[in-house]
Amino acid sequence: MGRKADVIEREEVVIRFSGDSGDGMQLTGTLFSDTAALFGNDVSTFPDYPAEIRAPQGSVGGVSGFTVHLGHSEVNTPGDFSDVLVAMNPAAIRANAAWVKEGGTIIYDQDNFNDKNIEKAGYKSDPIKEENLESYNIIAAPISALVKEALKDYGLDPKTVLRTKNMFALGMVYWLFDRTLNYTEAFFDKKFHHKPNIAQANKVALRAGYYYAETIEALTPIYKILPAPIAKGTYRNINGNQSTAWGIIAAAEKAGLKVFIGSYPITPATGILEELAARKDLGVISFQAEDEIAGICTAIGASFAGKLAVTSTSGPGLALKSEAIGLAVMTELPLLIVDVQRGGPSTGLPTKTEQSDLLQALYGRNGECPVVVIAASTPTDCFNFAYDAARIALEHMTPVILLTDSYLANGTEPWRIPAMKELRDIKPRYANPQELPFIPYKRDEEKLARSWAIPGVPGLQHRIGGLEKNTLGNVSYVPENHEKMVRIRAEKVARVVNEIPDLEVHGAKEGKLLLVGWGGSYGFIITAVRELLAEGYDISFVNFNYINPLPGNVKQVFSKFKKIVVCELNMGQFADYLRMKHQEFSYDQINKIQGIPFTINDIKEKCIKMLEEK
Amino acid sequence: MEETAVKYTAKDFKSDQEVRWCPGCGDHAVLSSVQRALAEIGIPKEKIAFVSGIGCSSRFPYYMDTYGFHGIHGRASAIASGVKTANPDLSVWQITGDGDALAIGGNHFIHAVRRNVDLNILLFNNEIYGLTKGQFSPTSSKGLVTKTSPFGTVEEPFSVGELVIGAKGKFFARTIDANISLSTQIYTEAARHKGTSVVEILQNCVIFNDGIHDVVTAKEVRDDRTIILKHGQPMIFGKNNDKGLILEGLKLRVVKIGENGITEKDLIVHDATEPNPGIQYMLANMRYPEYPVALGIIRAVEGLTYDSSVHGQIEEVKKSARIKCVDDLLMSGSTWNVD
Repeated sequence: MGRKADVIEREEVVIRFSGDSGDGMQLTGTLFSDTAALFGNDVSTFPDYPAEIRAPQGSVGGVSGFTVHLGHSEVNTPGDFSDVLVAMNPAAIRANAAWVKEGGTIIYDQDNFNDKNIEKAGYKSDPIKEENLESYNIIAAPISALVKEALKDYGLDPKTVLRTKNMFALGMVYWLFDRTLNYTEAFFDKKFHHKPNIAQANKVALRAGYYYAETIEALTPIYKILPAPIAKGTYRNINGNQSTAWGIIAAAEKAGLKVFIGSYPITPATGILEELAARKDLGVISFQAEDEIAGICTAIGASFAGKLAVTSTSGPGLALKSEAIGLAVMTELPLLIVDVQRGGPSTGLPTKTEQSDLLQALYGRNGECPVVVIAASTPTDCFNFAYDAARIALEHMTPVILLTDSYLANGTEPWRIPAMKELRDIKPRYANPQELPFIPYKRDEEKLARSWAIPGVPGLQHRIGGLEKNTLGNVSYVPENHEKMVRIRAEKVARVVNEIPDLEVHGAKEGKLLLVGWGGSYGFIITAVRELLAEGYDISFVNFNYINPLPGNVKQVFSKFKKIVVCELNMGQFADYLRMKHQEFSYDQINKIQGIPFTINDIKEKCIKMLEEK
Repeated sequence: MEETAVKYTAKDFKSDQEVRWCPGCGDHAVLSSVQRALAEIGIPKEKIAFVSGIGCSSRFPYYMDTYGFHGIHGRASAIASGVKTANPDLSVWQITGDGDALAIGGNHFIHAVRRNVDLNILLFNNEIYGLTKGQFSPTSSKGLVTKTSPFGTVEEPFSVGELVIGAKGKFFARTIDANISLSTQIYTEAARHKGTSVVEILQNCVIFNDGIHDVVTAKEVRDDRTIILKHGQPMIFGKNNDKGLILEGLKLRVVKIGENGITEKDLIVHDATEPNPGIQYMLANMRYPEYPVALGIIRAVEGLTYDSSVHGQIEEVKKSARIKCVDDLLMSGSTWNVD
């Protein structure tokens, strides 16, 4: 005590807000990350909340967290360990103690550390002692009492007063990180413009927290993180679901089409449906269906009727849609299916992340039923891959499955906003009403795609459906015809390879160890690889976004490495797929199936061990 | 839907495909009635889409020279809802059966009806699964012996009209496959009605459930065992037009005109447009032998359609929208510049 405040200039800092699921931690974290991004830090966030809307108060199962990673340079992950933990109750200590950096800062609401809550979290007396955190920088603040005091003259009921605890804590954190309160105050003025007393209460609590932290400054280091040197342009924060939705709308505008989304709410994909339902201003037609099957079937109907048709879901919903995906394969209609993966099987871990729908996306249907499969890697590149998935669907007349995951869907990062004119053209394959009769399964020689004849156009009347057809579009049970059509549908999807980018190697183009990743684990792997390279290890990395078809240069890239290690959040589905598609190589694996992303340390330690093996 | 009437004959709606239903199947007559109805309505055929699920009747779209989509089992209502909502300018017809619409597709069916999507749903009810060769369906009478109920079914059947009204349906009609003039008239009305129109067709499966409706539809008995309801007219039926329906307390009762002082004036006058479905519900549920089976348009109530509401809302939002294109969207909300 009595120590003067240290000012620590740091490259990057990870901060975690944690409390009961009713404590408003998601909002607190979001406001903090927006403020940091506006300041010019690179930011990556990860919300982590229980599946139950209100799990039992004070229980470890009910802990809701929001992690913000901000840095002076490029930030690719929400970070492994926190520099600062804000714990609103003892359960938050229980859930996060192991994830605080040694000597890190823990701010907690001492008023909530009563016997009842301590016991609920499974402690006997003092959680800090029991977790051996005494040497950490502990700030016990009587947050509940202080907000009551600060708001005593505002005539608010006790419940409303206590709801501002999170803002008090946020105020303290702003002081720690030397940030201004303007953005957050403006947010309250806007959000509660019909309830000025609520806006005022939140602002008072925020300021009270800020000044309280200033008053006790002797105890705390101030973290300063300078703005990140990032490319010129206009930026915004965006999460993966929103950028997926926007990528779809952008593709439709480029193609001169309207979006039709047929979906059923499911965690963690609902945000896509919500975002698209809100975009009536851009003519999006949203259809909240009675179930997952109706979601995709309305979309198939809309695709037949000439819309950019989309259905969004998560693993269990993709399972329900599988028969209808087959129908879209058979009718060769453009269709975008977004699967925001979560922990499975069955209901599994609805709010947690996993990459375990890969084989379902590739093969989970009856018959020979190929679709294009693409996986996004960051919250912001969901925009690009949704856009490209829609482009491929429209230009190749095929269903495309876009895989994202819970981590990408909910994670946010700053995004340099593109202009529509920078985006690649999309040209739907409309049938020519002058070329009669219309032949439904006549194909272009290059892509093998058929043409799209939209109801309403005179002369192009035709019938399609789930039964096998011949080129003329008539039902055919001719054995040779079936084999021919099966092979053509496979070849059509395989030829998409001509339009997808080659793999890019991070690090040396040949060497001892090549890490292979796909989709949403990119940020963790690239960060680990950068650190390993900086530490002098011989390691390289390739990330796959195009899963079916695979990029054309896989063999060329893989053949230059002694060891290939596939790193994914499942038991090895992509590794198995590569074993099948590229049998000439052997593959090692790094896997994690805990519903949470890799940590950078997970990957680094395993890589170092493999590099040291003979 | 614009109705720029085009002059067609029924023949204009025939596709080049050979019709493959069993000889004697009721579906042939339905096809012919639908083609006549469309010729009468005169909607340009490129603006018509037939959507079906799976089952014998679901082959229907292949035989129509319109746009057609043969879907998967049970999902016709969902596919058709997608087509109509995507483009309300189309006349969308759903062809389905008792298994397709009420068993595997029951959920989609009731929700399409509830939303009041402007579809014309023709439900071929033969009380059996034909394409899979003779298993009981959700409309099979209790006790029916089939391949999967060798000792008779033990379950209660659905009544189509009851289900439609229960799902907030606004249009329900019933016809007999072979009655081409009544059917043509009903299909025409169904097409003109804005909203989900459900037509239950008492259709005969000549192979697996032959004659199941004969007890009411056979030529020699049908006048006495069915009643053709006409909006605004008293409910009279019988070979000699001497029977009628009256409301007695809360129940319908069959009476003979001239007996016990009953005259035509005592009979109920059919009002298909009455929003309160009470009497229409009773009419839809009438069963032989207690009652005649009701044919004709039982319920036809105006209401907002789903598809027009969806597009109406979009137009309304667009009027005052600040976001006009994707570039506007991307730059909306809080952004910051890095120079």
